[in-house]
Amino acid sequence: MTPRSETLLAGLKRHDPRAIGRAISAVENNEEAAADLLAALDQDLIDKVLVLGITGPPGAGKSTLTSSLIKTLRTQNQRVGIIAVDPSSPISGGAILGDRIRMMDHALDPDVVVRSMATRGRLGGLCASAGAAVRIMAAAGCEIILIETVGVGQSEMDIIRLADITLMVLAPGFGDDIQAMKAGLLEVADFLVVNKSDLPGSDALCMDMEQIFLKKQEETTIARVLQTVASENKGIADLLEAVNKFAEFLVTSGIKETRRSTALDAETLDWILEILRPRFMEAMKNNPEKKDPRIRAKELIHKNFRNITP
Amino acid sequence: MSTHKKLTDWQEKELAASLNRFPERKEEFFLHGNTEVPRLALPETIDDDYLEHLGFPGQYPYTRGVQPTMYRGRFWTMRQYAGFSTAAESNQRYRYLLRQGTTGLSVAFDLPTQIGYDSDDAMSLGEVGKVGVAIDTLADMEMLFDDIPLEKISTSMTINSPAIVLLAMYVVVAEKQGIPADKLRGTIQNDVLKEYVARGTYIFPPKPSLGLITDIFQWCSSNMPLFNTISISGYHIREAGSTAAQEVAFTLANGITYVQTALEAGLEIDQFARRLAFFFNASSNLLEEIAKFRAARRLWARIMKNRFEAKKPASMMMRFHTQTAGNSLAAQQIDNNIVRVTLQALAAVLGGTQSLHTNSRDEALSLPTESSVMTALRTQQIIAHESGVADTVDPFAGSYYIEQLTDSIELAAEELITKIEQNGGVVSCIEDGFIQRQIEQAAYDYQKEIESGERVIVGVNKFQIDEGDRNKPELLRVNPEVEEAQVNSLQKVRRERDETDVQNRLAAVQQAAESDQNLMEPIIDAVRAYASLGEICSVLRKVFGEYRD
Amino acid sequence: MNSQNNPYRVLIGKPGLDGHDRGAKFIARALRDEGFEVIYTGIRRTAAEIAATAIQEDVDVVGLSSLSGAHLRLFPEVVNELETRGGADIPVLGGGVIPEEDIDLLLKDGLSAIFTPGTPASTIIRSFTEACQQHRDHDAQK
Repeated sequence: MTPRSETLLAGLKRHDPRAIGRAISAVENNEEAAADLLAALDQDLIDKVLVLGITGPPGAGKSTLTSSLIKTLRTQNQRVGIIAVDPSSPISGGAILGDRIRMMDHALDPDVVVRSMATRGRLGGLCASAGAAVRIMAAAGCEIILIETVGVGQSEMDIIRLADITLMVLAPGFGDDIQAMKAGLLEVADFLVVNKSDLPGSDALCMDMEQIFLKKQEETTIARVLQTVASENKGIADLLEAVNKFAEFLVTSGIKETRRSTALDAETLDWILEILRPRFMEAMKNNPEKKDPRIRAKELIHKNFRNITP
Repeated sequence: MSTHKKLTDWQEKELAASLNRFPERKEEFFLHGNTEVPRLALPETIDDDYLEHLGFPGQYPYTRGVQPTMYRGRFWTMRQYAGFSTAAESNQRYRYLLRQGTTGLSVAFDLPTQIGYDSDDAMSLGEVGKVGVAIDTLADMEMLFDDIPLEKISTSMTINSPAIVLLAMYVVVAEKQGIPADKLRGTIQNDVLKEYVARGTYIFPPKPSLGLITDIFQWCSSNMPLFNTISISGYHIREAGSTAAQEVAFTLANGITYVQTALEAGLEIDQFARRLAFFFNASSNLLEEIAKFRAARRLWARIMKNRFEAKKPASMMMRFHTQTAGNSLAAQQIDNNIVRVTLQALAAVLGGTQSLHTNSRDEALSLPTESSVMTALRTQQIIAHESGVADTVDPFAGSYYIEQLTDSIELAAEELITKIEQNGGVVSCIEDGFIQRQIEQAAYDYQKEIESGERVIVGVNKFQIDEGDRNKPELLRVNPEVEEAQVNSLQKVRRERDETDVQNRLAAVQQAAESDQNLMEPIIDAVRAYASLGEICSVLRKVFGEYRD
Repeated sequence: MNSQNNPYRVLIGKPGLDGHDRGAKFIARALRDEGFEVIYTGIRRTAAEIAATAIQEDVDVVGLSSLSGAHLRLFPEVVNELETRGGADIPVLGGGVIPEEDIDLLLKDGLSAIFTPGTPASTIIRSFTEACQQHRDHDAQK
């Protein structure tokens, strides 16, 4: 282990905010210290942590919901980690990590650990670094980790893969978005949170959602469609209670274990591709051929596979 | 001149009444020589189209102004926004301004006061007395208006979230001067919605904030009938970077929200609508600004008449204050700012403003000095007395371009208001950031144009010079000891007041806030006993909660 | 503009009570367009909140904006808070309505650069880039 990873590891154990921040950067930036560090994290803590994914269309109130979840979790004395994901600009590669604003009220609470992350335009790469960030936060004592994403599409799917439990946040008036989502995201969500439920149309939306969720409801009797007014902290305690019950169910039924190992496989695959991509880019550059791509791929693998060292 | 029944009607009714009440400044107005300046220039033929879009001044839809004779009767109120440091120092500045011929006071409060913190609160560190005067208790307010006859002047107060507390203090100060509330004239800004999108001095969440505003409407409609209970402000929205049409749209959308809230609370439209005032920005694009003011006036009149079914003309009239655009001031070659302010002030006058603040040349560097404040005031006086634009009503009417631009700004604003309402109204659009995002995008695009040189700002991105020491004007600095002095005097007030009495009255405020009772009376009682602004606001924070962006 | 494809991370903060964030937001977006990852704190934050966030987010540079005239109190306060929290190595840049005679005072109090109204965005971005690069170099030596 390098001295730098040792320092970082000791810092994580002390819950030192600087060390947590640096450790996540080390992973994000692919620094050498990262591999050592990740290998040495306390696996027990990682197994125990509950990872909650929070997703939904822009404007439904995800950050407000996240913020009021933090508030409630803190009254229960839980140490909370938050990973807030924003998309990187495809043109400049930069990003505005704006969700931080809603979490500033917890800035001085040592038991609220926040990290804003940009997607950095990598296929699957986000999953890899966010997954590592989850493990770092767990090793630094966080008992529950919320992953919030405002990106739509691929990055949301990545995040959902990382989470033990996924909350989909909706609000009345998002009819079109919901139609578009039915096919994809809605199906992987464990909970549907109808936020801004003081607005007209909330009950109708709930009934619609319950219809869609009928099948999931067969697994357990825990209510899976819930109403909140996050800006007024309403419904948050009930939501957390349902989430906790469901988390217990996931553990006892062994589903959590399955989900985690699927996620780990996916993350491993991401890393394989991440490692291979530059090698094959290089190989293609060195052997420009006008062959059918599929045949060419097979040939390239055949020719290069044994030369590959990770 | 054409005759038309409507014209004769107007002459006999609105014009005659107005001349009777406010005689014009002169018997007749002439150019140098013998050419008479007409009161109101009109088209050859007055047709339905003219009547629908323009009409006569002082008549629906008020495109040409809210009074029949406009500035021939009386100039706009020359109102310079001022205030800094302690109440005693600001009091000196007000008396100076009154001696110089200003006709209305406009009080600037420091940020702790605007956000409901006492000067000794940890949040107030470094901010006491900086951008305005620090007011903690009634004692400061008494000092602020010491020896200023409140029945003779009109006072505008830029205060929003804690407006009810400052208004209560003003009422009690007047009472101590022997002046009843129903004689007081002035305006309280009291426009909290634009704080969430553009100005940032919010305290409570939108719902209870709207409740406080309605309490003020209600109390003033029976106790303080001459006071404008709100100044619905586009100024800061524009300063934050919006376009002219967005300024009109977001301001009027906020206005609609206040009206709806008051109606829901059981007020009658014609009972409070006449006391709604507006506040706009005057930017440097002269023609666009003139058209903007005219469009805003017409659109508001139509909304009040058609949507809210107001019956009284005064309810439909948009009366507004204007301030020249602070963000247009450059830190380079600061004398150029005098020219910018002149153009902007001219736009406001040609657009028919009721009162005007002109910025000072040095405000991009710090608070204005006394001499630059004087130049700013002189700018208004030159426009009033020398330029001749005040001698005829709405001189730009009938210009093809101005009328076209007036129509297009009105249309764009109307469309944007519809969009806000389709998205659940202003409060919902604030919560999900819809309004903020539009302003932010407009601001970003504008700044990009400056950065690329596509938009020329003289002395900033073109025609720059090496100014050497010329750019080191004398600056007004707020002495850092002010904070300490203010904290000491607050603590002295706390020592000398009857503490049990104060606590009882604060408890009464809390009780009223928890019920649906109007808060004005309990707050008047509390300030009378020298309860501080911060103490009252923290009681309200406890009941209402706090808003965070 | 960024080293080894790892974007610089910066925090833009508004200490104090001033709510005018047009300039801060513009700089945040301009930096984003130059490839920076930008964390924006929103208005009305204390020096302690800004410093704690900067450390938690592991940023390379902190940028502050203040238009209310409270910069002499608030900017150095952020520098101090960073030091107390183990972030003395993070450079702090500041901007706003700042009279010329205050600039030296602020530089002496630990600010790395000060920008006044009319400073072109390109100059500000260059300063951020340099400060970030220095911070990374400093870090690499450790």
